[in-house]
Amino acid sequence: MTNPRRQLCWRSVFVTFAVCTGTMASGEEDRTVEEKETNNKKRTKGAIATAWLTFYNIAMTAGWLVLAVVMVRYYLQKGTHKGLYKNIARTLKFSQTFALLEVGHCAIGIVRTSVIVTGVQVCSRIFMVWFITNSIRQIQNEESVILFVVVWTITEITRYSFYTFNLLNHLPYFIKWARYNMFIVMYPLGVIGELLTIHAALPYVRRSGMYSLRLPNKYNVSFDYYYFLIIVMLSYIPLFPQLYFHMLRQRRRVLHGEIVVEKDE
Amino acid sequence: MGHVEILDAKTKDKLCFLDKVEPNATIGEIKSMFHKSHPQWYPARQSIRLDPKGKSLKDEDVLQYLPVGTTATFYFRDLGAQISWVTVFLTEYAGPLLIYLMFYFRVPFIYASKYDFTTSKHWVVHLACMCHSFHYVKRLLETLFVHRFSHGTMPLRNIFKNCTYYWGFAAWMAYYINHPLYTPPIYGEQQIRLALIVFLFCQIGNFSIHIALRNLRPPGSKTRKIPYPTKNPFTWIFLLVSCPNYTYELGSWLGFTLMTQCLPVAAFTLVGFIQMTVWAKGKHRSYLKEFRDYPTLRSPILPFIL
Repeated sequence: MTNPRRQLCWRSVFVTFAVCTGTMASGEEDRTVEEKETNNKKRTKGAIATAWLTFYNIAMTAGWLVLAVVMVRYYLQKGTHKGLYKNIARTLKFSQTFALLEVGHCAIGIVRTSVIVTGVQVCSRIFMVWFITNSIRQIQNEESVILFVVVWTITEITRYSFYTFNLLNHLPYFIKWARYNMFIVMYPLGVIGELLTIHAALPYVRRSGMYSLRLPNKYNVSFDYYYFLIIVMLSYIPLFPQLYFHMLRQRRRVLHGEIVVEKDE
Repeated sequence: MGHVEILDAKTKDKLCFLDKVEPNATIGEIKSMFHKSHPQWYPARQSIRLDPKGKSLKDEDVLQYLPVGTTATFYFRDLGAQISWVTVFLTEYAGPLLIYLMFYFRVPFIYASKYDFTTSKHWVVHLACMCHSFHYVKRLLETLFVHRFSHGTMPLRNIFKNCTYYWGFAAWMAYYINHPLYTPPIYGEQQIRLALIVFLFCQIGNFSIHIALRNLRPPGSKTRKIPYPTKNPFTWIFLLVSCPNYTYELGSWLGFTLMTQCLPVAAFTLVGFIQMTVWAKGKHRSYLKEFRDYPTLRSPILPFIL
């Protein structure tokens, strides 16, 4: 544990020495050079962060666009959604799992959002993809799966292109409009899709006893995935309104701010 | 003789004007006077500060030693409904004591009805019940007779948060330990004996630290001093650690985890350890800030490690 007082002592020794030997001027120069170096370091770190985030958001926009294209092509060719999931499974899993990086972005501070909020959002997506649709094969052709995948695709393409254009300082109004208005319809639709999917999965989970641990066992603990899923579904009741109204408030703030600027003109 | 005006910290509205206040009046006394004009804000929920965004003044601070003129301007913030620390501690500790016993005696509607009011055939389950109950009885008695609290109250919502934590984990642990299908520790008697020794050692240690901390502070005072090892060997850990009460508490729960070999107990120990580490680091930092000669060998909670 460094003692800050000890550090101060060395500084005062240096200054005293510098004054006594008439080198105070160069001492001061050294200090401003130090400050300049720190500022330069900060600027390069900022540039690297911006470059990485721009690359990341372009990559994610592309990933979800690919997903959209595959889905549209499949439906145009086959005319049905049956068997669609198998086609998009890999891209979906890849794109959604990659989003874990966003938690890292918040944690190291290059994105100014709460780590917990981002963490919860990404985890819920990962949960849907890996622990529901990926592992419970019998529900993969349900309409509700297509519903939430379509909703996610539209939402993510809008969101990532918004971030990309923001970072490039050229934000077309329609992207901003889309980001702050489409959620009004997309969000409830997505929740319906997710809840219906989990509900459809319940009988298969109960029958197979998957991801469950029964007593007796040497850890003296048990876990029932079936009841866990029911709790997950119930948790949408308090969580969904909170997130929805948060986004409505953000929308009002962003669009309201815009109106004020126009008036000044 | 001075005057005191109290403004709302957010709206800057004038809430109260007290004239002819003695210069040696304390903030505590001023709070009582403010309470008279605003009966809904009892002193415990008043935060009085010199600056709207500044730190709260202490009840013991005296008016004439504060950097104010003849008319002192204070800012008030409502801390919300308050509840006494003693009440919170008693409620949050009584819960686990009673809840665990309900599972131990296999009260109806918890396990299958053929097990109602039966007892476990494993003697470690009886031992675990005794240890768990002893631990919470000890905590209740310490709350009533040993601890000297710096603050009188805490926000009311804390009691719901704290009770959910303690009561929830107690129920989760007790359910499995007292379950008819409970599996006793793999290494049998050896494991249980070692676990019991660790548990008892840490219980005595934890109690010794609480007594030592109590003796640092005369009754009714809120002074803070550096704790040092006493003649009691269990306090010699003060040489290496700032908050040995948390160190011993961790040890007790590790012992209980080993004794019951139950994953929920391990989870409770882990969560408790994380929380206590946060508290210990905070306490360690404030010791370092307050005392220039604070021993440098000490770590917050784990000797040399954390």
